[in-house]
Amino acid sequence: MKRKLLSVLLAATMVTGMLTGCGGTTEEQTGGQTPAESTSSAGNTEADAPAAGNEETPAADDAEAPAVGEGEGKVLNIYCWNDEFYRRVRDHYPGYTEVDTTHGTIGDVSVVWNITPNADNAYQNNLDETLLKQADAATDDKIDLFLIEADYALKYVDTEYTMPVADLGITESDLANQYQYTKDIVTDSNGVLKGVSWQGCPGVMFYSREVAKEVFGTDEPSEIQNYVKDWDTFNETAKTLKDAGYQIASSANDTYRVYSNNVTSKWVVDGKINIDANIMKWVEDSKALVDAGEIGTHTLWSDDWSKGFYPDGKVFAYFGPAWLVNFSMAADKEGSIGNLGGWAATEGPQGFFWGGTWICAAAGTDNASLIKDIMLQLTTNEEIMKGIVVKDDDFVNNKPAMNAMAEDASYSSKILGGQNPLAMYCAGVESLDLSNLSIYDQGCNEEFQNAMKNYFDGNTDLDGALDLFYKAVVEKYPELTY
Amino acid sequence: MKNGKRGKVVSYNKWGYIFLIPFIVVYLVFQFIPLITTVVNSLYENYRSGLTQIGPNFIGFENYVSILKNKDLWTYTQNTLIMWVMGFVPQILVSLLLGAWFSNPSLKLKGQRFFKTVIYLPNLIMASAFAMLFFTLFSDSGPINSILVQLGIFDQPFKFLSNIWSTRTLVALMNFLMWFGNTTILLMAGMMGVDTALFEAAEVDGATSSQVFFKITLPLLRPIMVYVMITSLIGGLQMFDVPQILTSGTGDPMRSTMTLIMYLNRHLFSKNYGMAGALSVLLFIVTGILSVIVYKMTNGKEE
Repeated sequence: MKRKLLSVLLAATMVTGMLTGCGGTTEEQTGGQTPAESTSSAGNTEADAPAAGNEETPAADDAEAPAVGEGEGKVLNIYCWNDEFYRRVRDHYPGYTEVDTTHGTIGDVSVVWNITPNADNAYQNNLDETLLKQADAATDDKIDLFLIEADYALKYVDTEYTMPVADLGITESDLANQYQYTKDIVTDSNGVLKGVSWQGCPGVMFYSREVAKEVFGTDEPSEIQNYVKDWDTFNETAKTLKDAGYQIASSANDTYRVYSNNVTSKWVVDGKINIDANIMKWVEDSKALVDAGEIGTHTLWSDDWSKGFYPDGKVFAYFGPAWLVNFSMAADKEGSIGNLGGWAATEGPQGFFWGGTWICAAAGTDNASLIKDIMLQLTTNEEIMKGIVVKDDDFVNNKPAMNAMAEDASYSSKILGGQNPLAMYCAGVESLDLSNLSIYDQGCNEEFQNAMKNYFDGNTDLDGALDLFYKAVVEKYPELTY
Repeated sequence: MKNGKRGKVVSYNKWGYIFLIPFIVVYLVFQFIPLITTVVNSLYENYRSGLTQIGPNFIGFENYVSILKNKDLWTYTQNTLIMWVMGFVPQILVSLLLGAWFSNPSLKLKGQRFFKTVIYLPNLIMASAFAMLFFTLFSDSGPINSILVQLGIFDQPFKFLSNIWSTRTLVALMNFLMWFGNTTILLMAGMMGVDTALFEAAEVDGATSSQVFFKITLPLLRPIMVYVMITSLIGGLQMFDVPQILTSGTGDPMRSTMTLIMYLNRHLFSKNYGMAGALSVLLFIVTGILSVIVYKMTNGKEE
């Protein structure tokens, strides 16, 4: 009996040993909490101080040079999903020194890149977990800066986890040259601006010059625009193209963004799912096109969707911003339309945008003045932004710079057969109205396209597809009703 | 002296407990505690909307009620079972045939080892990789479609993944390919355990090989067959990775390939631990019942 007791005791000590191992770390963490909080609040007050100074003397150019405020954290944690922003900072931010692909230094602050791919929502899951623990994290482990995309921007912007850019000391006049829509997306429900972007992604319609010549007898953008100037004309043109053996666009999902960026109501009104009339118009128009065999139903980015990048795909047009035609439409592959300079751009039926990345400061950061400087340099410094256009072919978020380049006859796109499309982008981006965003946009847009594919493919009727959509959305957002 | 001897005996026992600790700890941490928390979670309203945490609020059995009331649950159960049966029937038939051939000494099959390895190989590939492969092969402009069109079997590409039965068949086919090797090896082990004297006696009595198979091999194989069937059913109820990747999580067309676990997975977008927990507990009960059946079948025989 004694021995039994002894062995139980032994086993118990081993188990407790293991558990205390775990307990020890939590204790350490909670121990670290107090200094973390105190330093972060200290960081905030410091951030306010230079902000005040800046308003008084906006011309204090030499204030820009010491990017790092005194007494600020020595580690800048950046959360993002690919290396795009990393390359922008490496190539264009003055004073950034690369250590390796995930580490760098700015002055005596070391920069840590935490890159989690977007696939399967992994980036947001990771970001959510870290942000929710932000208050308890050690100063050097706190997120300082993170990136977001338009589809889910409000999910982060409309919370206290992102810092108003005004609190960083960035004034409205600093951002005066930026396009309004890039601000609309990251403005929270109280009208407070919470992020900035260095790029604009206005979309246009890219069509194949060869097909245009064959079917319409011209490939001149202003002429072709007459054939796609509104949705009714667009749908009639689809018929003409079909008779000639072409699809007007690869997939119904291609036109989705054009419709969904021009809605007049939000996806969710008072906790109830709401489908805007323009979205329903997309369903109606697309169903007619699909039934007539004038458009496909492929998922974006699938192999079937990409067929039209080559002449054999028999696709007339794609909808997208500059990055789509520059980087995603196989322009570097022999025999593709882009490679031969065979695309041309025209405004299309309605203005829209696609993509774009916004920089947000995380609440609780201890590097406020450094973040302020990164934001200002990359999104307002005209010299740096022009450098981005030249080096990376981005459409940057700076009206005067882009307007100047739009009129510059020396700038032309090889992929677009020598056309300078910037004027078109500039025009499209001015007309965007994004006051109808909601935090549910990402889930609703995805599920709506998924559900409607079933309707287009003839697997169900419209009511069945809508039902499927409601079901899927309520699974993602249990608090909603329909 | 006496005490010393007794001490030695007991000290072996002590080692027994010590060696058990790793298992017990791993079991407790990774199996038992999660099991309990799942049950507890299922009684709470607990999810996240964006970055806002809602709950946990105790709501009793409300999650169970709303899951069981939801007609879709039965649809997903049906989907799961249909796809399981479609994969299991050919699987057991092919495995029986192969098992009988491999374990029949009079056939003197050459290169047995090679073929046993080959039929097991598909199981070594990750299910998700396998599903990706099929997704590419059977896409609208994929290689299978271009072969079929060029052979003149179809005028235009067949949309495999936009059609209920072709999608289900693809899922079943993949599960069949992945698991028939495993089943063959199990059945073969069962067949080799049968006393050869029985086969010899049957042969002496002039039984044909099909008579031997149906009158001797199959009846003696019953316990193994039940085992294979129930484990496969449990595995089938948990079918997830193949349809998830093949349909990118949508269960399209019209959720006809949405399995129970895929449905559970959809609740995890909003970190809805309450609903997902309730669904897990229901699945656990069903699987538990099935396990008890296996246990009774295999143990009852010996008594």
